Amino acid sequence: MKQFIAFIRKEFYHIWRDKRTMFILLGMPIVQIIIFGFALTNEVKNSKIAILDSSKDEATMSLSSELEASRYFELEKNLVTYDQVLEEFHKGKIKMAVIFPPSFSEDLQHFNKAQIQLIADAADPNTANQLVNYATAIIKDYQNRITNNRKLPYTIDTEFRMLYNPQLKGAFNFVPGVMAMVLLLVCTMMTAITIVKEKELGTMEIILVSPMRPQLVVFAKAIPYLLLSTINIASILLLSVFVLEVPINGSLFLLVFESILFILVSLSLGLLISARAESQQTAMFISLIALFLPTVMLSGFMFPIENMPLPLRIISNIIPAKWYYHIVKSVMIKGVGLSSIWKETIILGGMMTFFLTVAIKRFKIRLA
Amino acid sequence: MQNEKVITVNKLTKKFGDFTAVDHISFDVFKGEIFGFLGANGAGKTTAMRMLCGLLFPSSGEATVAGYDVYKENEKIKKSIGYMSQKFSLYEDLTVKENMQFYGGIYHMTEKYIKEKTATILKQLHLEKEGNLLVKSLPLGWKQKLAFAVSIFHEPGIVFLDEPTGGVDPVTRREFWNMIYEASDRGTTIFVTTHYMDEAEYCNRVTIMVDGRIDALDTPSNLKKNYNASSMDEVFLILARKAVRAAD
Amino acid sequence: MKTLKFLLRKEFRQIFRDPAIIRLILIMPVIQLMVLPWAADYEIKNIKLAVVDQDHSEYSRKLINKVTSSGYFLLTDYTSSYEHSLEKVELDKADLILQIPAHFEKDIVKENEAKLFMALNAINGVNANLGSAYLRTIIQDFNREIRTEWIQFPRFSPETQIEVTESNWFNPLMNYKYFMVPGILVILLTMVGTNLTAINIVKEKEIGTIEQINVTPIKKHHFILGKLIPFWLIGLVVLTIGLFISRVAYGIIPAGSFLTIYLFAAVYLFAVLGLGLLISTYSVNQQQATLLSFFLMMIFILLGGLYTSIDSMPEWAKWITRFNPVSYFIEVMRMVVLKGSGIADIKKHFMIMGGFAVVLNTWAILNYRKRS
Repeated sequence: MKQFIAFIRKEFYHIWRDKRTMFILLGMPIVQIIIFGFALTNEVKNSKIAILDSSKDEATMSLSSELEASRYFELEKNLVTYDQVLEEFHKGKIKMAVIFPPSFSEDLQHFNKAQIQLIADAADPNTANQLVNYATAIIKDYQNRITNNRKLPYTIDTEFRMLYNPQLKGAFNFVPGVMAMVLLLVCTMMTAITIVKEKELGTMEIILVSPMRPQLVVFAKAIPYLLLSTINIASILLLSVFVLEVPINGSLFLLVFESILFILVSLSLGLLISARAESQQTAMFISLIALFLPTVMLSGFMFPIENMPLPLRIISNIIPAKWYYHIVKSVMIKGVGLSSIWKETIILGGMMTFFLTVAIKRFKIRLA
Repeated sequence: MQNEKVITVNKLTKKFGDFTAVDHISFDVFKGEIFGFLGANGAGKTTAMRMLCGLLFPSSGEATVAGYDVYKENEKIKKSIGYMSQKFSLYEDLTVKENMQFYGGIYHMTEKYIKEKTATILKQLHLEKEGNLLVKSLPLGWKQKLAFAVSIFHEPGIVFLDEPTGGVDPVTRREFWNMIYEASDRGTTIFVTTHYMDEAEYCNRVTIMVDGRIDALDTPSNLKKNYNASSMDEVFLILARKAVRAAD
Repeated sequence: MKTLKFLLRKEFRQIFRDPAIIRLILIMPVIQLMVLPWAADYEIKNIKLAVVDQDHSEYSRKLINKVTSSGYFLLTDYTSSYEHSLEKVELDKADLILQIPAHFEKDIVKENEAKLFMALNAINGVNANLGSAYLRTIIQDFNREIRTEWIQFPRFSPETQIEVTESNWFNPLMNYKYFMVPGILVILLTMVGTNLTAINIVKEKEIGTIEQINVTPIKKHHFILGKLIPFWLIGLVVLTIGLFISRVAYGIIPAGSFLTIYLFAAVYLFAVLGLGLLISTYSVNQQQATLLSFFLMMIFILLGGLYTSIDSMPEWAKWITRFNPVSYFIEVMRMVVLKGSGIADIKKHFMIMGGFAVVLNTWAILNYRKRS
């Protein structure tokens, strides 16, 4: 045990000496959680639109100004001819064009019926979809208003309640997601690279001839990162509560416990990578480039997993961040207890055991 | 050979913050001599050498190498020197030949010339068979000999060697010094740091650095005479005992 | 120029000597491009719906039927207790609750007005918004049906109607992959490029070979170019592989010309490689370089406009994206691949990216010191 502590102390010295790395390691999550907490939202806001109003009457003017006034749209340009529509899209500025036909008000007066054409830039289908929905809703509202507020018979009213996130803030979704990403990648990367570095420099051999059990040597390298990551959890949680105003509705203890479990999973994954990689560069490639996008895309915080085709829904199960994201969302925002997330907890525990067993086995083979 | 000065150093100083690593050292090195630079670890040998090679800015003092000023003409200096660092300086993931080709290329040698020269060197070192092996697969002693061969590949007038024989067995060290003598015979000036005192005996002249200062500078035999010592080892111990600075 | 030749030869040899890296560089983008785009689908389907039916009437059954047969919703729970279904939301078994209160049918018929309640899991705002929008449309339809059941509308509708026709240009089938595949390709290219160069000079620093280079009369810009060019070529190879996969696996044929894409990518690669070199010159060891490039990558990628719209970001975040090379390339890809924009349309992007390339590389050269 004494030796073990001596080793951990040595690892701490390594990290402590390298002030710049420490600074990045502890500062990065703070910067990221603030940037992403405020900047990321799935909602589409302030999208630039162009309006082609060939009618220019009272109705079209007031509809245009209503579109402009909504938080979803920002008028980029008033168009004069239809050809300009394509031109503007090609310049890449506008996301949607609203087109009032010349006979708009006439049609409305004489036939009680008129047409509006919405052209969306479906190069980004998500934005296009949402923009068309928002615009349609604004137009329908306007239509209801000019129907003189006549109450129709047999009306069904629908009342909405937004659960958990009544202001629809992006942070509620992205804080758990960014937490999962930062913890996973930082821990995996750092452990993998430090160990491979010792392999590369040949210092690993020196340590391995010491009377310490090789497994302990390897653990000792991971423990400082466990501690640093715990500090990161604290700073992320403090920021999200006090700066981003994302509440912790469930038990803080449970949240911290689950986070530490997740860090352990990431550290074990790092160990596993380090057992395989021969150079720091390879370790970096596997732990950063190979893990980054799958974590972003398959953990559920960017794209709902239910929407994915079956094979991907299956693949997503091997992404540790998926389970952690789910846990954080449940505990932090929904405020549920362990009884609702025991399954996810067991899965993370299982992943940790698996990574560790394989990593230790690999190390043993190498050392035998 | 005692006439032409190729390195002149006058009150050269390097400070890192409050710490004076090299403290007003002055000496001259003549063409073709083997100039030994001795001192305990941390005495400032490597720092002094790195200033002369243009890797480090001096804090004050003057120095010229091959007639060029170390402050302003460091890129010109680099054309006329070779250097072998303490850390291993060949690319481990390149073969022996590829390393030579690379360094030769940097000094604007033609491919044909590089090829011939590589063949000659490998023959001298009896490494003809190993030419196409990756450097990392070679034993340390061979690597060091190769590193030296590479550092004088472009036939520089002066070559700086920073503890070239660290960790090498006595037989290989002997061979290494034979290579140094050969180079010296061809007129190359050798500037070598070491803390092996037996190697000091091989040098034409020796300086001993203690705490960033030069405490002695003479031929090995004169030094022994002056300090009334039977070997360089003894001379060194007498001087080193005065050191205040702890070796790292 | 001759020095450069030797430098290049050395770099290429070193790259190809490490088969693990070459394999990763070439295979990883292929796998990720084949798999990941399928995940990217914001189109809402299979929304998990819990119905709280406290009316148990013919109308409530009809409504539920109509909702479930729409294809957007998946009925996961059917009870008469709101609390029970709320629990389902907590357990992630449901995302949307539709509550049909008691007397729903009676209220419609007798009181002319009835109420429905909807509760949405709003953690992911878009899901909530779109889910509720779909459900509202269905309920409105249902409402209209009931009305026609009970009253005969006059021939001339008293309701003013503004018809909205929508067309989706450039991607009429709303295929998400057309949007995601080029975007993911850009991200992969960026990560591979930046990380390879970020680690490269640092590696020489760590091993010590940089010392040997620094005592040679080598020119700084030669050294940097020697590092850049091999990775620039590798980047173009990765791009080619990526475009090939887009064509074969996803049937994506750029509406614009390949030449435009390659020209822009050529400039872009110089910019991101320069960024990598800059990171490399600022770092002392590979760990630092990795950490720094991870930090920048995460910001560049998440704020790149692929996952969330840049327009929706607050003003200060939009400023960040102006210095984000990724966002320019993603926009260019989208414009060229889907809209067929030509070089004239992306002139501004070219100039900005050229600026990035010059600034970042000059900075890297200046910051790379042969003497400390």
